Amino acid sequence: MARILGIDLGTTNSLIAYMDGKTPRVIAGKQGRAMVPSVVAMTDNGLIVGDPAKEHLVRNPERTIYSVKRFMGKSLADVSDELKYFPYKLHEQGGVIRIQVGEKTYSPPQISAMILKELKLRAEAHLGEDVRGVVITVPAYFNDSQRQATKDAGMIAGLDVLRIINEPTAASLAYGLQQKTQGTIAVYDLGGGTFDISILKLKQGIFEVLATNGNTHLGGDDFDRTIIDLLLHEIRAESGLDLSQYADQMQALRLEAERVKIRLSDDVKTQATIELPEGKGTFRREMTREQLEALVSDLIERTLSPCRLALKDAGLQPSQIDEVVLVGGSTRMPLVRQRVQDLFGKVPHCELNPDEVVALGAAVQADILSGGTQDMLLLDVTPLSLGIETMGGVMSPLIRRNTTIPTSAKEMFTTYVDGQTSVDIHILQGERELAKDNRSLARFQLKVPPLPAGVPRVEVQFLIDANGILNVTAKDVRTNQTQSIEVKPSHGLTDDEVERMIGESFKFAAEDLKARQLIEARTEAEAIRKATEKALGLGGHLIGPEETRAIRASLESLTAASAGEDHRAVRARIADVEKTTHHLAEVLMDTSLKEALQNKKLEELP
Amino acid sequence: MEQKPTVLPKRTELHMARSMCWHCQSEVTGEYFCEQCVKVQPLSKELDYFTCLGLPRLLNIDLEALEAKFYTLSRSFHPDFYHNKTDSEQAISLGNSALLNIAYRTLKDPIQRAEYLLKLEAGSAKDIRTSPPADLFEEILALQEDLEEYRQAAPSQNQAALEPLKAKLASDREQLEQRQREMELRLADLFNAWDLLHAQAESAPVDDRLRKERETILKGLRELLSNRTYLRNIITDLVAVMA
Ligand SMILES: Nc1ncnc2c1ncn2[C@@H]1O[C@H](COP(=O)(O)OP(=O)(O)OP(=O)(O)O)[C@@H](O)[C@H]1O
Ligand SMILES: [Mg+2]
Repeated sequence: MARILGIDLGTTNSLIAYMDGKTPRVIAGKQGRAMVPSVVAMTDNGLIVGDPAKEHLVRNPERTIYSVKRFMGKSLADVSDELKYFPYKLHEQGGVIRIQVGEKTYSPPQISAMILKELKLRAEAHLGEDVRGVVITVPAYFNDSQRQATKDAGMIAGLDVLRIINEPTAASLAYGLQQKTQGTIAVYDLGGGTFDISILKLKQGIFEVLATNGNTHLGGDDFDRTIIDLLLHEIRAESGLDLSQYADQMQALRLEAERVKIRLSDDVKTQATIELPEGKGTFRREMTREQLEALVSDLIERTLSPCRLALKDAGLQPSQIDEVVLVGGSTRMPLVRQRVQDLFGKVPHCELNPDEVVALGAAVQADILSGGTQDMLLLDVTPLSLGIETMGGVMSPLIRRNTTIPTSAKEMFTTYVDGQTSVDIHILQGERELAKDNRSLARFQLKVPPLPAGVPRVEVQFLIDANGILNVTAKDVRTNQTQSIEVKPSHGLTDDEVERMIGESFKFAAEDLKARQLIEARTEAEAIRKATEKALGLGGHLIGPEETRAIRASLESLTAASAGEDHRAVRARIADVEKTTHHLAEVLMDTSLKEALQNKKLEELP
Repeated sequence: MEQKPTVLPKRTELHMARSMCWHCQSEVTGEYFCEQCVKVQPLSKELDYFTCLGLPRLLNIDLEALEAKFYTLSRSFHPDFYHNKTDSEQAISLGNSALLNIAYRTLKDPIQRAEYLLKLEAGSAKDIRTSPPADLFEEILALQEDLEEYRQAAPSQNQAALEPLKAKLASDREQLEQRQREMELRLADLFNAWDLLHAQAESAPVDDRLRKERETILKGLRELLSNRTYLRNIITDLVAVMA
């Protein structure tokens, strides 16, 4: 059985992990970082993903896509109030957001697919085998459209998405594996773009989710925005500049806001520094943790009512939670920890790396699917009630939120008019009374034989599978014939579109690979150039002038090759530099070894 | 799903509606798996939730045992463990898991359990009550007057003037909650009565007296459950208005 991998497809960062025996491990890239920033840059030289793409945020803002997860399974109207924060252009087609980059448009699943492919390549390089089967995590509070969009992304990336699992539950798998905990735990997951709370019962290897709640549009991005808004305002007051008119400066401002926020998790004050355009110099401002906390306090408060609702649905008091587990980068904020601690009345756990734990859990679930891990089983729930629109625009619920999945419901349909040949069905998800206040998932037409009103009987089964994704089937009760239904998603790609995108993605794969190899080679060339300069600075006096000249010459040819388009040429020059500097490296190693030994002796003296 | 009411079952037998393995066509003797080819068997659509979870049709349930059975069966049926199996087996696993999950949720909650038992034993589920139950009539009438008064006064008047009205509503609420507690006690009595009857029917021939007793208990259950729902809705309303 082929290996299955686990992927955390995050708003800000994505990771891929696999099971190494009984231990899940994340796969790091060449630079040793496991996190791949969820950023995609469409440069003239092709597609770049991850850390190198991040550099293009400021250089190339209109062509560099980030936080695309916020748009998955959404319409333009859903995100209208945050459009001003994004430098790239969005429009809508067929109920699905499209991102405009130059002449081309991309759907959010296509962009996500680019990130997934990057992860796939990384894993293939590391494991030395083809990767196809994956488990991908999504926020627990993702609705059907958002889950389906994630599955589409996987297909476009040429992956076989064997399971979609919820991020907090994935985290609980990794956590449970390590801690061998029994009892009731709450997983509080606050990432870059989404918030989830899940309450689980862990008993004898069964991870039973009792209730889940959340907000798929609340996370670290929103914290950053409070700082951005404040600084925009102050810059305007001080210099009269409206920075929001400058796409590149806005990106610089956004990145600085995030850095300020992150620094204030460790320090109680820091400085924000922003270069202004139009020769207006530099804007500097001191910011304290207290000020940041005042800005984000309401946002953090908004995570607490979902927690209370989840507790209520689970039928538990905060004091009945045995352990609280923190997941997601934003839980590093002291105020977040404090609020969570106040709510549950106990110190939350954060021993596991909150950045990696979701991917690790996905790898555990992947191992369960491939038959490796057999003693653990995850029983998850559907986060939102599912229903259909009935007379008068009312939502009639069929499956209640927090029902264990898989689950199903049956509904019998008939006709109101003699000879009627079809019945329109509108599927909804949400907790509100009126159809229009809930999420429209899909519509379909049920075919019925032309008979007197009330005589036809068509039974429709709504089945939510273990991925939390809806499947609809229909059966004519009188003839016992099943009917295939074409469900038209309200905010999703059609099957044909997905097919087409898979095709396109293969076509571009070859070009992308070349661009990517070039970028990697260039990055490595730059690193080796810096290291060599440093070595020359440290040990230039220890080698002869002839040797120094040779090294300089090899560096120059490396720089020249890097400016070209041939990654093989760059690689050849890198090898050349390595060869030329071999002796210098040895010399340096010797001296530093000697120094180290000397230091050691000194320290050992009484 | 149509359920046949039992005339007091002699003993709960595990009856799967099929007798032949869908795969190897041999007679199925195992509970959920064919003993010949070890393939998982689909749970019958007619299987009731009690039978599904291996329980007699009682109203007092050992929740620990219920959970343990649910976990065991989840391990048998969950799609996670059928990933490498054929499409047919995956479909069976999905269907069985869905049925099992619904059965467990229903039986875990005492009210849903009682409602479900009523449906099994007496054909229909609960009545939806739209007028107040007779023995609550006075209280509800008084409450509705107070509520109306409060709704009219609340937006205009200052807080101090509202205090007496608030106090009155609070005491109304207290009274209703007291009634709610009484109902829970009566419900517990009915649960016990049903289970006792069940035990008698197991050990003695079912006679007219038992049959009559059964009707009385089921009728009592039905009434109590619908009154309970009515009362709960009223209290929810009251809490919402006062918030
Ligand atoms: N030390 C820190 N203090 C505050 N915030 C931090 C810190 N470190 C990271 N973050 C924030 O955490 C967020 C990223 O977290 P994470 O990688 O868990 O998100 P994600 O998994 O990509 O997003 P999501 O789960 O919402 O899809 C960013 O908003 C980042 O600014
Ligand atoms: Mg995350």
